[in-house]
This record gives sequence, structure tokens and C-alpha cells, in this order.
Amino acid sequence: MAGMKFDYAPAPESRAIVDLKSSYGLFIGGEFVDSRDGRPFKTISPASEEVLAEITEAGPQDVDRAVAAARSAFESTWSGMRPADRAKYLYRVARIIQERARELAVLESLDNGKPIRESRDVDIPLVAAHFFYYAGWADKLSYAGFGPDPRPLGVAGQIIPWNFPLLMLAWKIAPALAAGNTVVLKPAETTPLTALVFAEICQQAGIPPGVVNIVTGAGDTGRTLVEHPGVDKVAFTGSTEVGRMIAKSVAGTGKKVTLELGGKAANIIFDDAPIDQAVEGIVNGIFFNQGHVCCAGSRLLVQESVYDDVLASLKRRLTTLRVGDPLDKNTDIGAINSAAQLARIRELSEVGEQEGAERWSPPCELPDRGFWFPPTVFTGVSQAHRIAREEIFGPVLSVLTFRTPDEAVEKANNTPYGLSAGVWTDKGSRILSIAAQLRAGVVWANTFNRFDPSAPFGGYKESGYGREGGRHGLEAYLDV
Amino acid sequence: MTSEPSARAPRVPVRKTYKLYIGGKFPRSESGRSYVINSAKGQFLANAALASRKDARDAVVAARAAYPRWSGATAYNRAQILYRIAEMLEGRRDQFVDEVATGEGLSAARAAAAVDAAVDRWVWYAGWADKIAQVYGSSNPVAGPYFNFSTPEPTGVVAVVAPQQSSLLGLVSALAPAIVSGNTAVALASEQRPLPAITLAEVLATSDLPGGVVNLLTGRVAEVSPWLASHMDVNGIDLTGVAGLGNLGADLEQAAAENLKRVKRPPAKEPSWTSADAEGLDRIVDFIETKTVWHPVGV
Repeated sequence: MAGMKFDYAPAPESRAIVDLKSSYGLFIGGEFVDSRDGRPFKTISPASEEVLAEITEAGPQDVDRAVAAARSAFESTWSGMRPADRAKYLYRVARIIQERARELAVLESLDNGKPIRESRDVDIPLVAAHFFYYAGWADKLSYAGFGPDPRPLGVAGQIIPWNFPLLMLAWKIAPALAAGNTVVLKPAETTPLTALVFAEICQQAGIPPGVVNIVTGAGDTGRTLVEHPGVDKVAFTGSTEVGRMIAKSVAGTGKKVTLELGGKAANIIFDDAPIDQAVEGIVNGIFFNQGHVCCAGSRLLVQESVYDDVLASLKRRLTTLRVGDPLDKNTDIGAINSAAQLARIRELSEVGEQEGAERWSPPCELPDRGFWFPPTVFTGVSQAHRIAREEIFGPVLSVLTFRTPDEAVEKANNTPYGLSAGVWTDKGSRILSIAAQLRAGVVWANTFNRFDPSAPFGGYKESGYGREGGRHGLEAYLDV
Repeated sequence: MTSEPSARAPRVPVRKTYKLYIGGKFPRSESGRSYVINSAKGQFLANAALASRKDARDAVVAARAAYPRWSGATAYNRAQILYRIAEMLEGRRDQFVDEVATGEGLSAARAAAAVDAAVDRWVWYAGWADKIAQVYGSSNPVAGPYFNFSTPEPTGVVAVVAPQQSSLLGLVSALAPAIVSGNTAVALASEQRPLPAITLAEVLATSDLPGGVVNLLTGRVAEVSPWLASHMDVNGIDLTGVAGLGNLGADLEQAAAENLKRVKRPPAKEPSWTSADAEGLDRIVDFIETKTVWHPVGV
């Protein structure tokens, strides 16, 4: 099978552009400071398991200090600043991100394990675009449809996941700052590095001290931040399990909450869909970013009449995917982000086999070190199987079939999640009908996994509440 | 020998039995229980049904069953039906003024003002049905060859813990914005003043509102609301009626987190429903979702 793919010479992106320090403190009040009651931990490259830097797990005193800095900045500078000036700071940030784009892309791939092609062409350009988009809103809030003079909430406590580290930071910080809030953001424990470089970017942009604070750490740090009485707004992207805990912990308080949680998206292929394009969409839907995507198209629903054609074409395509070094410009699938995540993907895949689904992966060699999982397809999956119900968050596709449009919709909606869905057909009226019936916050028709700062994103049901992106994304950060 | 009935003896009125309103029907509580409803002055008015956990669950089932048709109705049709509710309410204005005055202890003039405002509130929200999407939706100029738009959709089944003080106007102010977008609802009426809510059910039943779109329960807030808050087939909950009931609001919000319901938190105290800011898009937006659809543009 190896003969089916062209041999490529390695084409690694240089790491020289990244200037990593051996250890990082916390970014509080505009400067990097040592922790008062935290502990050091290491962040590693998931592709090689080498230690990249020592990071601080912030303790309660650190979080307290960060919230106080944010409060002070909110009251003394940011909320009262001329909106046009707030906009200018955000435009500066967007520009510096563009200027340092290559460095950020390499660092993101190093720390996260995602292919450089994706961090370079998707993540970082979208980060810059997000700051540009919300910069423009800063002095136009009275036109956003929330009344003549919408007010910011105050201090936002923001917790982001490891799958799109800097992009999720942008989704959180850009609208918060545009609306006049200040923030304390906690990046994921396995991917803190680009957030720390972002702190440097805030310094370069001259953003007033305390407007942006970055506290690194794991679950305990996040919990301390969510429960801190000085936080007016909680924004979280991550698992539904943690989202539920957050929703419970803020019950009875005045804290405004937005949650962007898990998903188990259906990607529906009708028999009149252009098969080759659909197969590209299926691959992009589940193997983009190693499947570490909350809106991944992890349940493929194929109309029975084209099942054989689609599966044959899909398997042929998967044999051409290149798994390996995230910094290699030819790599399609990089490293699984952590040992813990790899263990979960392995466990659920084994459950899939035990429950009777048929497992298939293309032949591919995986590197000796680091965390890797081959692209995997399960066929013969029923709706009751755990691999059809639970979010795997890895490069694992579960394939189901349907006969009628009604059956497709029913199966697609048969999940507690409701983040995204895909539909592939050449029939326009069918697209609009199916899109209207799918209980999901984002529907991609004849495409998949597209993102844009102007397009609202967020879930129905247990995929959370609130929207990020677009005019809708401002609502989460305004007192409305 | 039978004595002649006195021509002067007052007629004995036919009293109404106040029951629940579930799935377009008026059942008693399956529990067979009822509780005494007194006027504001402490005089006996009626025995109301004391709804149970089972009644709450039946009401959710009815609301879920009504959801596809109501959410799938055209916005124009929903607007017409909400307007029809206003017409029917206006037609029974005197009855409602009497019930509200007796139950809430208001003067006839103030009760009339509340009923009039309730009628007007239905009209106000009726007009929103076919405008929400234009005000709250958007066409999104994404950086690429894609047609991209966002539309509001109902969130599903919404539970409403109705305000405790304002038995009719408060209920209408919470209920109308919940259903105008296509949600179906289970409302728990004011515990001590539930009678206008059940009379409102008679209005709803004769307004072409499909059975199950609104279901009304009467009973104990502390007993019934936890079952609604923890119900896994309820998508959102309005806790306005829990205002001032201690920790109940926080407990219900915690229970609602189990399936990540959209929660309208209780205010510190019950707002004034006759003021202008009792109307607003926010109560509609609390229980809608935004769906974004992408499609490539090309030849």
C-alpha cells in the first residue's frame, strides 16, 4: 500500500524562529511575575515528549492577584477609555499577530502537536482575523442591537482548551476587550506556550497593565478562577462534563456564563452528493486537527445506496494521509495532544471493537516516541454503540447508514449534543430543509469545519450556550 | 305540601372546578390532591388541583409532542394565534378583572389595568413572531466563497415558574415571549393565586393554539419546580417566579445544569409588570438558539 503514495522528502519548518525560555511565570498586571503559592510543571511536545519549558501552576493567591489586577484595570483604564482607543489597541494586537505569525504557528505545532500546515494556514490567520473583526466593534457597540449604551460586565474569567490554543484565546479575549471588559485567562495545562507569547504581544501593543492577565495551570486553577467572587463573567470552552460543573458552581450567583462544550456531529451524505467532494469533506470533518475538534464530524451517516462507493473512496483517500512530524509541511495528521487523550482514544476504540463494530485503519508507520493514533474508521456502527454516542476527540470515525431523509435527521439529532452537523447533497431545497431540521448550532452544507470571526458559533442542548463570533458574540460580554 | 320558593332568594351560582391544563385537556391531578385557594381577604374561592411529579412529567411529554408542529408553524401563523389569544382574553375581560381583583386584593381599577396590560402584552409579542429573525438573525460576510447566515430557532421545551404576585399579567409576560419563537411551555402558576392562570388556559384552548404548546400546572412551587428543573427533556427554565424564595433559585439552577438548560435566573424581587421595561426582546432571546449555516458559492 505504501506504493500508492508519493514519497516525499522531509520538509520540516525550522524551529529556530521560536525563542523559548526555560521557564515562565504568570502574566499579571502587565508583567511576568513569580507565583506566590503555585507549583511548577512541565509542558512537553506531544510529538517527541521532549520538555519545552517549565510552566507555573497558579495557586489561589495567584488567581486572586490576577483578578485584582483585572478589576483595577477595568475601573481605572479600560472600561472608561475612549472606545476608538480600545479599538486601536486591538488593531495593534491583530497586526503584531500577523507579524509574528510564523513564530506563533511553529510554537503552536510544537506544543500542541498539530500539523504546521494547519497552524500556519488556519489557526493563526483566524486569530489575527478575530482581533481585527472585534477591534472594529469596540467603538460601534451602540449599533450592535443591545440598546443605545451597552455596558461591559467587568472582569471575565476565561478557560480555554488545548485543541486550538491561540485561536480559542482569540475567541475569548477579542470580544471581551472590545466590549470593555478585562480578562483573566487560563490556557490548557498541556498547551500554555502561545498564550504566554500572547502576553508578550500585549506588552508590545502597549495594552494597559491588568487588562489581560494569563494564569497557567490545570483544573484546580480553573476552578479557583470560576469560583472567584471578583469574576463577573465566566467563559469556558471544553468538555461537557466540566461545563456542567461550572454551570452548577455559578448557580445562585450573578455571574454571566457562556459554555462551548462537546459534540458528536453527524455528517450526512445523500446519494446525489458529489462523492469525491464529500469524501474530502468527511476527511476534513474528522481528521482535521487529529479529530481534536469539538465540532468534528465524528458520525458519518451515509445513504445506503452509495455506501459502498463512499466507503471505498474514503478508504482509498485515507491511505494517502501522512501521519507524522507536526513541523513537516507535508504532514496531514500530527500527534495526539497528550498521553491521557491517547489513552481515552484507545479505550473507546477498543470498546468499539468489543461492541461489535468493524475497525479499519490504513497502513501507516507511527513514530517511536510521542503520542500517535492512526486515522481509524469503524463500520457497522449502531446508534447504541458508545463510539456513536460519546465524544472520542480523536481521529476516529463511526459510520452509520440511513435510507430516507427523515431517518437521517432522526439519527443525526439522536444525541444529547448539538454543536454542529454536515449535509452533502446536490439538491438545494433538501439542503435548506435538512439544515432547518438539524438541532445544531452550526450546519455546514457541502463543506465542513469552516470558521470565520463574523460567523456565530456555538451549540444547542448539552453542547453549551452562548455564541462566539459575529455580532452575537458581543452579547456574552455586555450587560444585556 | 311544598313551600313556594322565594322569588327574592339569590340564585345559587354554578362554580367552576379548577383543574390542570395538559395537552389541550383539563385533567385533575393524577394524585387526586387539591388545595384550598383563598382570596386576598382570606375567603374560600376554590379547591385547585395540587399537581404532582407525574403531572409535571405528563406536561413535559405533552409539550415535547406539540413542539414539532408549533416550531414548524410559520411565524405568521404563530403571530396570528398569539393575537387571537389577545382577542379571546379581551372578550372575557370582566371575568379576569374580577378574578385578579379577588385573588390579588386589587381595586377594580388596578385589576383592570393589569388585565388590559396582559391583553396588550399578547399583542406586543404576537407582532414579534415574524420579526425576531430579522432583528436577531444575520447574514455573515465570511472571508471566503461561502454563503453564510445565522437564524434564531426555538430552544425546545421551556419550563416557566410563573411570578407569584402578579397572577395573570406576570404569567403572560413570561409565557408569551417563551412561545412566540416556537418553544412549547410548561408553566407552574402562582402558588397562592393560581385561578386566573387556569382561566387563561380556557382562553388558550379556544384560540387555535395547538394543545400542548402551553401546559399549566397549579400546586406547590417547592414540590413541582425541582422536577421541571431536573427533567432531562426540558431545554430551558424561567425562574422568575422563584424571586424571594430563599435558596430555591440556586438549587433549581444547579438541577438545571445537569442537561445544561438555558436558565433565566430569578430577579431579586418580582418586577413591576405594568412598566414599559417588562416588555423586551430579552425574554425572547433567553430561549432561542442561533444556527449558522454555511454553503460554498461557486458555479
